[in-house]
Amino acid sequence: MNFHAIRAIYGFEMARTRRTLLQSIISPVISTSLYFVVFGAAIGSRIPEIDGVSYGAFIVPGLIMLSLLTQSTSNASFAIFFPRFAGTIYELLSAPISYAEIVVSYVGAAATKSIIVGLIILATATLFVPLQIAHPLWMLLFLVLTAVTFSLIGFIIGIWADNFEKLQLVPLLIVTPLAFLGGSFYSIDMLPPVWQTVTLFNPVVYLISGFRWSFFGIADVSVALSLGMTLLFLFIALAIVAWIFKTGYRLKT
Amino acid sequence: MKRLSMTTSLTRKDPNTMCGNDLKLFVRRRAANRAGSAIFDRMQVIISVSNLSKSYASGFEALSNVTLDIRRGEIFALLGPNGAGKTTLISTICGLVRPSTGRVTVGGHDIITDFRAARALIGLVPQELTTDSFESVWATVSFSRGLFGKPPDPAHIEKVLKSLSLWDKRKSRIMTLSGGMKRRVLIAKALSHEPRILFLDEPTAGVDVELRQDMWALVRDLRETGVTIILTTHYIEEAEEMADRIGVISKGRLILVEDKVELMRKLGKKQLALHLDQRLEQIPAALAHYGLVLSDDGHELIYTYDAKKEHAGILALLRGLDEAGIAFRDLNTSQSSLEDIFVSLVKEEQ
Ligand SMILES: Nc1ncnc2c1ncn2[C@@H]1O[C@H](COP(=O)(O)OP(=O)(O)O)[C@@H](O)[C@H]1O
Ligand SMILES: [Mg+2]
Repeated sequence: MNFHAIRAIYGFEMARTRRTLLQSIISPVISTSLYFVVFGAAIGSRIPEIDGVSYGAFIVPGLIMLSLLTQSTSNASFAIFFPRFAGTIYELLSAPISYAEIVVSYVGAAATKSIIVGLIILATATLFVPLQIAHPLWMLLFLVLTAVTFSLIGFIIGIWADNFEKLQLVPLLIVTPLAFLGGSFYSIDMLPPVWQTVTLFNPVVYLISGFRWSFFGIADVSVALSLGMTLLFLFIALAIVAWIFKTGYRLKT
Repeated sequence: MKRLSMTTSLTRKDPNTMCGNDLKLFVRRRAANRAGSAIFDRMQVIISVSNLSKSYASGFEALSNVTLDIRRGEIFALLGPNGAGKTTLISTICGLVRPSTGRVTVGGHDIITDFRAARALIGLVPQELTTDSFESVWATVSFSRGLFGKPPDPAHIEKVLKSLSLWDKRKSRIMTLSGGMKRRVLIAKALSHEPRILFLDEPTAGVDVELRQDMWALVRDLRETGVTIILTTHYIEEAEEMADRIGVISKGRLILVEDKVELMRKLGKKQLALHLDQRLEQIPAALAHYGLVLSDDGHELIYTYDAKKEHAGILALLRGLDEAGIAFRDLNTSQSSLEDIFVSLVKEEQ
């Protein structure tokens, strides 16, 4: 195990975060605050409580998830895309470091960053709405699992993308819509029956549902199913990463 | 300059000559033992490439059945025109390119099954100026040390930066540095983890004279500490100046590997061409032992001699010509450099 290498990469990535503090931490806080003002205060006051939870509070887990998903994918994809783009990846590929260690370092750093953002949003939310968390440990578990899974997905995107457009396209065209349509702002009960069924094919539904359950004890789908699906995505992402490294896809000729 | 470096490499190859005969017996014996083990060390193989071939996805075969041993502590120059496969060979040894067939060991460790041990020995300075942009020099060099599994050692990083005249720039962001300075940063990164082997892929391509000389000095210093150095170049003078051994690669094939001194001795002949006043039918018997060659038109005499014993023959030959009554209008000499050798080798190959 090359601990020095993991520490070096992780430290390097966190230093990059510190350098771009404004962009990486402050901007999600501002945009989330805007969501609270618009959806929570302005529109939410006209929406009745959902399962006994005020609409302002109801959207908090969804908003955190929304940021977590987009942050994780963009952090991790950029972190590995940039060395490929700049050519500095030669050093990583010639270092005495295993693929698992590379993934742990990059995904670890990206996930750490998005978890920090998630927690900051949570703290910001408490300024707008009264919040209590029913199952804090489960909340953290879902937070970490989701951050890691989507950092892995980001890592895959960062290796697959061969230009900046593709790098931004996937989060923009896939992750954000899935997060919006996955019940960030509504309970899927509120949809017509056909759309409820369609929604169940959206993986993000399970993440948001489980996460919301850890806050309010209410869920769209069972918690076991949420957890199972979250773990399934994690393993699919891991399998793809393993395949990438096994074949050297886009990394080695 | 050239001559000087050759002499040093000669004495280095035979440390026995450095001991005087008047030394006491046991001292001599000890010295001989040490020299013996030094020679043994030199001969030890640190990188072994056997039957290595590489075909890229396009089907293009960039390396074709390359077999090569690099000796511990030597400076090996890999010489070849653009596209010959130099970078591909280095990249394969360093783990950036997957070999199609063949095997490579570094320090006895297979580069695939035992990649950690193999790669930990290697520092790589790539051909392209690929550096981070926003990081400071200090941060990027320290990062490399960690990446190669070494615990932080600010004193060593300081030493490396100072030896590369980067100390004043340690806090600068890399993107603010000139190309030459970036090249130094790449070298510092490669040296940050105290490698036993250093690869320099075209280290002086597009580099100013000052940096080139600094680099040569650095390479010599490194060799003094026992670091094995493999450099690629298409500047012949660089190989001639620096290397202990030279490998010539062309179109993916290693067409020659030779001790530089040996190569120069074998092929580094000087030629004296004499343009005669009058047509000569045949070479007089008195001059037969010079091995002269008469041109077809009989107007030119070519004398080929060993570049290192130049004075011995020429004056005597000129006297001999005078005595034989052969007058000449003009004369010129030429020395076959590595460049000529190289060009003729590559031509042969094609
Ligand atoms: N990734 C690649 N895919 C296909 N061909 C390549 C690739 N990299 C290098 N080549 C080809 O392999 C040959 C050798 O390249 P290279 O090793 O870079 O040569 P050198 O370093 O001696 O100039 C060249 O013809 C080059 O075009
Ligand atoms: Mg090259």
